[in-house]
Amino acid sequence: MSNPREAWEVVIGLEVHVQLRTAAKVFSPAPWGFGAEPNSHIDPVSLGLPGSLPVVNLAALEQAIRLGLAVDAEIPEVCAWDRKNYFYPDNPKNYQLTQMARPVVVGGSVEIELPGASRNVMGEHRRVRLHHAHLEEDVGKLSHAAGGSLVDYNRAGVPLLEIVTEPDLRSAAEAEAFLRALHALVTQAGISDADMEKGQLRCDANVSLRRPGAPLGTRTETKNLNSISGVRAAIEAEVVRQARELEAGRPVVQETRGWNAEAGRGYVLRDKEDAQDYRYFPDPDIPPVAIDRARVERLRAGLPERPFDRQRRYLADLGLPYTAASVLVADLALALWFEEAVAAHPANPVGIANLVANDLLRELAASAQPGEAAPPAPAGLAGCKVRPAALAELVRLTDAGAISKQQAREVLAEMFLTGQAPAAIVGARGLAQNSDAGELERVVREVVADPAFAKSLAEFRAGNAKAINALKGPIMKRTQGKANPALVDEILRRVLS
Amino acid sequence: MAEPLHTLGAAELGRRLASRDLTSRALAEALLARAASRRELGAFNSLDADDLLRQADAADARRAGGRSLGPLDGIPVAIKDNIAVRGQPLTCSSRMLAGYVSPYDSAVAERLRAAGALLMGRLNMDEFAMGSSTETSATGLARNPWDPARTPGGSSGGSAACLASGQAPLALGSDTGGSIRQPASHCGLVGLKPTYGLVSRHGLVAFASSLDQIGPMARSVDDCELLLAALAGPDARDMTCLAADARAPRVLPADRKPRLGVPRALLEGVAPGVRKAFDDALGVYRAEGCELVDVDLPSAALAVPAYYVVATAEASSNLARYDGIRYGHRAARDGDIVALMSQSRAEGFGAEVKRRILLGTFVLSAGFADAYYGKALAARARIREEYLGALARVDALATPTVPSSAFRLGEKAADPLQMYLEDLFTIPANLAGLPALSVPSGLDGALPVGLHLVGPPLGEGLLLGLARRLERATGLAHRVAQP
Repeated sequence: MSNPREAWEVVIGLEVHVQLRTAAKVFSPAPWGFGAEPNSHIDPVSLGLPGSLPVVNLAALEQAIRLGLAVDAEIPEVCAWDRKNYFYPDNPKNYQLTQMARPVVVGGSVEIELPGASRNVMGEHRRVRLHHAHLEEDVGKLSHAAGGSLVDYNRAGVPLLEIVTEPDLRSAAEAEAFLRALHALVTQAGISDADMEKGQLRCDANVSLRRPGAPLGTRTETKNLNSISGVRAAIEAEVVRQARELEAGRPVVQETRGWNAEAGRGYVLRDKEDAQDYRYFPDPDIPPVAIDRARVERLRAGLPERPFDRQRRYLADLGLPYTAASVLVADLALALWFEEAVAAHPANPVGIANLVANDLLRELAASAQPGEAAPPAPAGLAGCKVRPAALAELVRLTDAGAISKQQAREVLAEMFLTGQAPAAIVGARGLAQNSDAGELERVVREVVADPAFAKSLAEFRAGNAKAINALKGPIMKRTQGKANPALVDEILRRVLS
Repeated sequence: MAEPLHTLGAAELGRRLASRDLTSRALAEALLARAASRRELGAFNSLDADDLLRQADAADARRAGGRSLGPLDGIPVAIKDNIAVRGQPLTCSSRMLAGYVSPYDSAVAERLRAAGALLMGRLNMDEFAMGSSTETSATGLARNPWDPARTPGGSSGGSAACLASGQAPLALGSDTGGSIRQPASHCGLVGLKPTYGLVSRHGLVAFASSLDQIGPMARSVDDCELLLAALAGPDARDMTCLAADARAPRVLPADRKPRLGVPRALLEGVAPGVRKAFDDALGVYRAEGCELVDVDLPSAALAVPAYYVVATAEASSNLARYDGIRYGHRAARDGDIVALMSQSRAEGFGAEVKRRILLGTFVLSAGFADAYYGKALAARARIREEYLGALARVDALATPTVPSSAFRLGEKAADPLQMYLEDLFTIPANLAGLPALSVPSGLDGALPVGLHLVGPPLGEGLLLGLARRLERATGLAHRVAQP
């Protein structure tokens, strides 16, 4: 029997809430940040005190515009805020300032990369369309303790960009790929720190099933998913649940659902009958804001290269292997570090990429304090004693045959510990290869003439090709191991021929 | 000195302070004594005498040190209880905010402090500025000093009662649909609602944000102008406050007669005594060489219904924050949070506030918003267009401020619709964002009656100039009710 689930097409749209990276809140000068004492990042606006008024933080608006530019969206001439009215104690004014009618970002798309056949093979790239993104204020946090409820308004008014996709995603894996791509995009552009564990990136998933080609089915919305694995698990579970309903001949009910990550189960939060009437209307305290075109262009010019654009360039222009390219583009600081090294030694980007992506990252990971996670690469790189130009110099030495690749790894380990220049380490350790052809030929002839090795010489001449290695040992010994092995081989064969 | 201090205007007091004939402390003490003797008028919700005297001493010290801050330095300005003053109660005459103290200064409080003015007391008002008689106040009603059986008007009734009885020379009101001008008319004062955005709303407790403006009230045109100058100015904390470069004032043209527009079709139903004072005022202007022009404002009839949709819609949202969670009245009950918020609001708000919250919630509800809120916005846009069109042909529009003089307390309290018609002439200026003032034009028996003038955007100077001409002719400046 075929699995009937294969006959369903899964349709997913995401609403992703991203806390924007700003010093101040979206409508007040109060500072914000994760982990502060409860109710320490507050002011009259954050608390909705009588007489307080919102003032749009232009830095937050600029971050929202930057996201729009990073996804090739339209930035309208004017955006405006509406009030979404509902009563809840974490909502200081009992209305939320959001953008219902005139959002700051319209349309656009995010490029995603689906998993490849193996981790060394690049998967399909696809664009997921965005419906819009709107800039709103986050709410406070309510916690229920024995004997009462507590509310912390530190988060109230934190700038929140809600990014709403079109229903373009077809599987939990695609949803995951979207979130990873969006995460890389916003963190690299400095739009958001997007740390899901700190709630800086949260996701609602709209899921429906249909027969291929049929109109969209009834959807459910699962709210407040706060990890990528949670998004994946919640969608997978919801697909199974809906398929089971439909296959049993029961319609899917339009409802808002929650996700219990511990139990791995979804549950109904409220059904359509409980749907709230938010009584949206234009906020009279914030006149529509005109978005200056020159400002938009200035912001566009200040955006870094997008991760997948960089990946394409590394593959096509620099000839990097997919895995090294992917490791480098995943982290902007690492990619820029790599590019600085390439600029110092443009002849061998692949050699530099391999040293950075394999050896340098391994040293960074190993240097983390015991019991601590490795510091994220930007922090690790900032304190790293190896500078890009020094690593480039190391690759140049290797390329010139001054040291072997194996020696290069050893030198890099030393550079990582001491910060010394590669040439100094090579010199101090006596690692430099002897590539003086004249001197090496003298040593070769000495050994060939030495009766102690006559037996090996005879065997070689008798046709035992491997016997030549018995001659190389003494040559290396007489050069204190510094002889360039490739050159020794060449000279030895010439002398013996 | 013949006149007691409490009858003097701010400009005269400023002169005496400047010439050292008077200290700010002596003035403050005289006004505190006057306030104590007129307490039955219900003008103040609270009056912190120690705080006032401290401010007065500081003003005297400044002056003694040669560091006077200008014409308002040392002069008390009484403050309506919906305008935040740091460390003082901010109750909006509501049980909901009983005991609430503002932790910050409003923009106007800051500006007044910078001008050296003494921030005096907390003036009674209709609850959350919703009313036209100060009868919806939860702290007790205010009385008209000219006839204590009558209303001083509202919602800035405490401001008007305070000024007309000589408890302060200057006062702040707020005006959403006539709340400065109607009480000014009923109490024989000059009250001005500025162009929307001329004065910052930062620290003004919102009733209907797109209509609310803080404005000056005084016993003469000069004093009103003096106070306005201190209040007006840009403020980055209120995005609806006009930027400095958007503040080109409009004045009366020097090269021709001023033109006054009279919408005669609106004057039906005006009480005879009010009508006579109005006609007398027009006579003054004609004699002064003004040209009187009939104007047609057909959409003005939509103003009251449009107002009660827009204002209540905004109010329903603005007042949602009063839920007993963070501050304000909290019901004494356990149980779930939603029930706690609901019960706190049920106990904290009075009937008129509840009526408007319900109405505003209804007009914004799904299925009704287009028919009510949407239509009201369309009517508002048409009214603004019509008024701006008329004001392109005339310098100002003249009507009575209120169709009748001050009514007896309790007379209209049971009939909200009748009460809402008090604001018939004043509401359009709020809907259109235009400046408007009320200036005494005569008496209906013993009761004062005001003339209402609406001007073009930023035409405050123009309106004050016109008001000054009438004031000179009527001699109705600086009147303080006895005793």
